[in-house]
Amino acid sequence: MIKIENLHKSYPIGKDSLHVLKGLDLTIEEGEFVSIMGSSGSGKSTLLNIVGLLDVHDEGNYYLNGQLIKDLNEKKAAMLRNKFLGFVFQSFNLISYKTALENVALPLYYKGLGRKERSKIALEYLEKVGLKEWAEHLPNELSGGQKQRVAIARALVTQPKVVLADEPTGALDSTTTDSVMDLLKEINDEGMTVFVITHEEEVAAQTKRIVRLRDGIITSDELTKKAKAV
Amino acid sequence: MKFIFDKDTWQEIFGSIRKSKLRTAITVIGVLWGIFLFITLLGAARGMENGFDREFRNLATNSIFLWAQRTGMPHKGFQRGRRLRLKIQDVDAILKQSQNVEFIAPRSVQGVFGGAPASIKRKTNTKTYKLFGDYPILDNVNKVKILEGRFINSRDINEARKVCVIGEKIVDELFEKEENPVGDFLEVNGSFFQIVGLYKDNQTSFEGDDSIYIPFSTYRKINNTGDNIGWMVIAAKSDADIVKVEENVKSILKRRHGVHPDDERAFGSFNFGEMFGKITGFVKGMKFLTWFVGIATLIAGVIAIGSILLITVSERTKEIGIRRAIGATPANIKGQIILESVFLTLVAGILGIIFAGGILMMINANLTDGEGIPFVNPTVNITIALGAVAALVTFGTLIGMIPAQRAISIKPIDALREE
Repeated sequence: MIKIENLHKSYPIGKDSLHVLKGLDLTIEEGEFVSIMGSSGSGKSTLLNIVGLLDVHDEGNYYLNGQLIKDLNEKKAAMLRNKFLGFVFQSFNLISYKTALENVALPLYYKGLGRKERSKIALEYLEKVGLKEWAEHLPNELSGGQKQRVAIARALVTQPKVVLADEPTGALDSTTTDSVMDLLKEINDEGMTVFVITHEEEVAAQTKRIVRLRDGIITSDELTKKAKAV
Repeated sequence: MKFIFDKDTWQEIFGSIRKSKLRTAITVIGVLWGIFLFITLLGAARGMENGFDREFRNLATNSIFLWAQRTGMPHKGFQRGRRLRLKIQDVDAILKQSQNVEFIAPRSVQGVFGGAPASIKRKTNTKTYKLFGDYPILDNVNKVKILEGRFINSRDINEARKVCVIGEKIVDELFEKEENPVGDFLEVNGSFFQIVGLYKDNQTSFEGDDSIYIPFSTYRKINNTGDNIGWMVIAAKSDADIVKVEENVKSILKRRHGVHPDDERAFGSFNFGEMFGKITGFVKGMKFLTWFVGIATLIAGVIAIGSILLITVSERTKEIGIRRAIGATPANIKGQIILESVFLTLVAGILGIIFAGGILMMINANLTDGEGIPFVNPTVNITIALGAVAALVTFGTLIGMIPAQRAISIKPIDALREE
């Protein structure tokens, strides 16, 4: 599903450049539940942005769903994101003046679906995350956990190949963290590839494979007990 | 095109407009004010133009009023200060010698330039009114609006009939309401005249609404004026240079009356054509100013929309980032912002035109009741109004491109990172 070969990325800082990713090799198969662990500055967010087509790499190859990602223009990247990727952000990133339902339906709008169909599908996904009754509420009327569940519904609504979650529990307390992780697990159980970035051990422990990153290099890549248990 | 008529596109636009209602409203008022001023000024200029048209509609505009004075220079053995009189023969001479003169109305009056007005008696009432001796041709240089009956005709002149045409005010003052003056008689300076017509108030001439016209031939008889005429109204051909015609006519008269060619004081004149040209020029200048100010104000308004959208875009960087992360293409984002700009300008523009129309209607209702103010029917051409709207849409699109470009120039990742 995702294949990375010798990936390099540096950011210019003044005259110098900061070498963030120093030759990563990583393959993620369909249906995997992977977490990228690393302290801040380890390059994990950069990796996610490149995988999420929000940023471009300098060197190496990146294949998404077997397709080599190279010289993408913004339009193509937007279409690929819409088709293959679902994003879940630490700060939820819901649009504040739209209801939960409208937020979930938005990716379908950019996909070009009709209004009725959008609402119908969006409502299905809200039901799936257990927020059907909250469909008409604005984000600021929802709790943090609820917001994140709406965001997850939004990520899923286009039926992507991969869900990319950047610190999905970073802004949540431990109870809601568990409920969000349970939801991600459930999605994974249905066959979705889930790619989580976190710096919390407890969160990583709930995934099936942990890739540890330090200073732009993968230091370890192992299956968790959960995966072995299956 | 589908994008523009898509209900969802508008839902998105209204969503973002609703987000900052007050600011949107203020911005819209900016453009509204611009187009309001533009249309109102344009309508007002038009009203003035119409007003002047109405004032001068009854006049041959390319014309001169000319009268005789005293000579200013000695010539051919005559002393300076000799009293000159225009003669009825001068009229034919000028018509013969000057090709650019279309027609001449010789006129005489009692009671305007000094001298006692004519005393008019009906039954026991005696009043004084201005008395004009005129030719039918007067109607060509200064239209006589006949309410009832007729104006003086050539048979009246030839037979020196004792007939008269009287003004509305005289009717009011000398007749009872139920009486019909036409056909009735008045005693003018002691002799009886039959009334053949009534005329309506004429503000652009000496007559007003309280004068009596009688045939020129009758006038000279009863007043013993011989061949003398009071003054003449000379109408030049519409393409003739009125200043040259004036010089030409004066030199003809100087030759005929034995006046020194350089004597500027012998004949007095009022060049109405020249004055009218100045008024027309003034109206033209007003119109130009209106266009200039109007368009400048409009542009200022549209620029305000652009700058507000630019601020909005900066504030919405994150939202735009989110939209792009979930699959909005740059074209989606750009289209939305441009459409937002166009929509705001259009709404403001249409409201502005409606308000301006309302104001013009109010001005029209309140101001043009009274005659005398040169302001009639202030309207704006529908093509100009539509053109203004089209210009607004164009400006709106162009100005919208700036914030739109700005919105997509921020990478989605940077947009998302912004807190």
